[in-house]
Amino acid sequence: MSTSTKALNRLGWWDRVSPASKDPITGVTEAFLADTNPHKINLGVGAYRDDEGKPVVLQCVRNAEAKIAGCDFMESNATAVGSKLVEESVKLAYGKDANVVKEGTLAGLQALSGTGACRLFAEFQRRFHPESPIYFPDPTWPNHPNIWRDAQVPVRTFQYYHPVSKGLNFAALMDDIKNAPDASFFLLHPCAHNPTGVDPTAEQWREISYQFKVKSHFPFFDVAYQGFASGDLDMDAQAIRIFLEDGHLIGCAQSFAKNMGLYGHRVGCLSVLCADAKQAVAVKSQLQQIARAMYSNPPIHGLLLVSTILSDPETKALWVKEVKVMANRIQQMRSTLRESLEKLASPLNWEHITKQVGMFCFSGLTADQVDRLVREFHIYLTRDGRMSMAGVTTSNVSYLANAIHEVTRYN
Amino acid sequence: MSHLIASLNDLDPLSKVLTGFDLFRHSALFINKRNNHSKLICNHRPSMTSTSTMLSLASASLTASLSVHENLKGRLKLGGGSLSFKKEKANPFINTKSFSRISMVAAIKVSRFEGVTMAPPDPILGVSEAFKADNDEKKLNLGVGAYRTEELQPYVLNVVKKAENLMVERGENKEYLPIEGLAAFNKVTAELLFGASNPVIKEQRVATVQGLSGTGSLRLAAALIERYFPGAKVLISSPTWGNHKNIFNDARVPWSEYRYYDPKTVGLDFDGMIADIKAAPEGSFVLLHGCAHNPTGIDPTPEQWEKIADVIQEKNHIPFFDVAYQGFASGSLDADAGSVRLFAARGMELLVAQSYSKNLGLYAERIGAINVVCTSADAATRVKSQLKRLARPMYSNPPIHGAKIVANVVGDPTLFNEWKAEMEMMAGRIKNVRQKLYDSLTAKDKSGKDWSFILEQIGMFSFTGLNKVQSDNMTNKWHVYMTKDGRISLAGLSLAKCEYLADAIIDSFHNVS
Repeated sequence: MSTSTKALNRLGWWDRVSPASKDPITGVTEAFLADTNPHKINLGVGAYRDDEGKPVVLQCVRNAEAKIAGCDFMESNATAVGSKLVEESVKLAYGKDANVVKEGTLAGLQALSGTGACRLFAEFQRRFHPESPIYFPDPTWPNHPNIWRDAQVPVRTFQYYHPVSKGLNFAALMDDIKNAPDASFFLLHPCAHNPTGVDPTAEQWREISYQFKVKSHFPFFDVAYQGFASGDLDMDAQAIRIFLEDGHLIGCAQSFAKNMGLYGHRVGCLSVLCADAKQAVAVKSQLQQIARAMYSNPPIHGLLLVSTILSDPETKALWVKEVKVMANRIQQMRSTLRESLEKLASPLNWEHITKQVGMFCFSGLTADQVDRLVREFHIYLTRDGRMSMAGVTTSNVSYLANAIHEVTRYN
Repeated sequence: MSHLIASLNDLDPLSKVLTGFDLFRHSALFINKRNNHSKLICNHRPSMTSTSTMLSLASASLTASLSVHENLKGRLKLGGGSLSFKKEKANPFINTKSFSRISMVAAIKVSRFEGVTMAPPDPILGVSEAFKADNDEKKLNLGVGAYRTEELQPYVLNVVKKAENLMVERGENKEYLPIEGLAAFNKVTAELLFGASNPVIKEQRVATVQGLSGTGSLRLAAALIERYFPGAKVLISSPTWGNHKNIFNDARVPWSEYRYYDPKTVGLDFDGMIADIKAAPEGSFVLLHGCAHNPTGIDPTPEQWEKIADVIQEKNHIPFFDVAYQGFASGSLDADAGSVRLFAARGMELLVAQSYSKNLGLYAERIGAINVVCTSADAATRVKSQLKRLARPMYSNPPIHGAKIVANVVGDPTLFNEWKAEMEMMAGRIKNVRQKLYDSLTAKDKSGKDWSFILEQIGMFSFTGLNKVQSDNMTNKWHVYMTKDGRISLAGLSLAKCEYLADAIIDSFHNVS
């Protein structure tokens, strides 16, 4: 039997563990939840809210839930469901008539939403191109560098956002693409860039694609907001289709968290285009192996929901409509916020609120101004000034406009 | 070796147009580079209206000025100069198609992942795939540890159906869970493991984070070990579940084995186990199966657990439990948590990975947890924050559905009692099947071999003692699918098939070497 002194000697295994700093995005929600002020607004995490500020479960999802609830689901069907999901997902991204889809020259695997898809790819990149870094736009979603770093891939950035114009710094972007070593890996947001909401035009995408070919770069698309930029799913995939036309063999991480409102279900898809079907099989086998050592298989419920929705024409049509509704409401809120600020005779230019697309507005507010919004007005957003427009409603937009005006008027 | 050559004739008309233009641009670039010009000859993309012009330009120039051939050294000669292309920097858009009749350059797809080889099939999941492909009606799947009814059908527990219906009725939202998972789930899972009145719970000394079943929870723990105990080893039993090694390898945590299974007795090599744990460097992590050892079904006795705890404390090791079968070993959820509770009662700090795949039949929902028992609530808080930090770049937050089911079942007294009954039923069926298999073997095997080890083993699996060749015979001759280490999953066996299985085992054991 051990003595109590022996037990004491072993205390403190975890003394060396310091508290991790809060995640910059989820930390905002935590703070918001702890706040009791009645006027509080959460503009932190990019999760859609209706005009009452409530989370939404889409009708198409409810329909699908009803179909599958209480079913005697056979876990042996998991493979079939997974394949169906991949089939439908890649059609969404690449177009249902795309050659890569028809000929099966892609390796596709269900993944744990966008994060999981990115992480699988990062591990895969490390395994087969061990020295290669990844280039992110500056700025990008803060979790991107975490993902690739934990996969032990060095992280670099390329210029993207122009803080003065609050738009795209295209010249600098092209320079950085040209100056990067040949055959570098790049992560691109095909639409509704997070956090800036600033997207290249179609013409600019073509130039980027061309330059990518010249430099032999590998384009990896993080598709988290398909449908949220323009309201049209195909339009939002334009950048991907341009790259496809140009013959790039791309990688793609897709998430159904936002556009299907399946946040908590962790449904996504990773696809890697390959030279031929044989290589696709090999690549897929490697991705599966990486997944096996991380979580074995993805959760079935979300996969069932997505494949049910996408494979039934009626439900899919309903979904397409609901995506438009969400995108429209956000666009509406953008207009209203901008108008309100202009009516208040704000000294600043707020054009970017309506020029930027997708869920987020990169407001241009400084960290100090953000802190004031939190402290004085109980308005929660990330310190880089990113506001999730999905959290703006007709009832809180005036309060929000006033608050922004207050913290910026004496610039 | 990459060749910049392909036959343009292989392409369809549209691709010819596009690639023709691409060739022109691309080759122009190469010539240009070679001449040390920094500008491109062609630096803008023509609009579609000038395609026909481009096409004629392209086809004219292709045959005329851009003849490319490969010289003996495998270097490409373009005009008068030469360009060499290393494989790693291969242009993805240059194809390596036909080499015989070389006429021009074409930009067709070549992948950055040329060098990717086929990964070996997973030894356990691969068994089910092979089983599906078999058309023989006598076939029997004793591969993966998934519970089947006597009719050999998958089983969705009644409490799960009830919980799911409740959830649909309530129409709850699908928002992101916090990184650490559903609070209600984390609470009930820790209580199920340690007992609600356990000091570790009352003193808030357990850091619990929802994980993606056992695998995901083990991976989080492995990542924590890698980050905070760099170089520390994990000791795993020989044999152990096949995926353990993959998890620690991918997490870059070194591991070594301790003796566990004794083929001579088809039982526990207890002395070997103790010796190996003793011999390991101080401060190693010792991976223990809380109950129903996978793949052997051989568990230490309570006395043996005490001695294992002794040597672990002596050597300042840290116990790391994998609890995938709580309830499936004895049929009692509390009894099956005995080993974990024994260690916790000694004031030891430990790690425990839990899975609800088997005991709640939630295989495909991926629900489990990693628990870290610390000596103080403060340490638990810090550890939890670091587990979150590791989970965020893996999958951001865990899936909601399975967590809600568990929270509803375990958190509701009525459903919980119903679950206990279903658990006893499932474990009971396996015990019956064990008995019947033993009876069949003993009756049919005239050699006098002692098959009682089958009755002594516990849980879903039985380690038959068959070697790889014999296991292959089971599959090839008898269409019995199992893993090559001789493991059979009794969860996939019905009373009706026991005699057939006994015949197969006896044949493989005695007639095959």
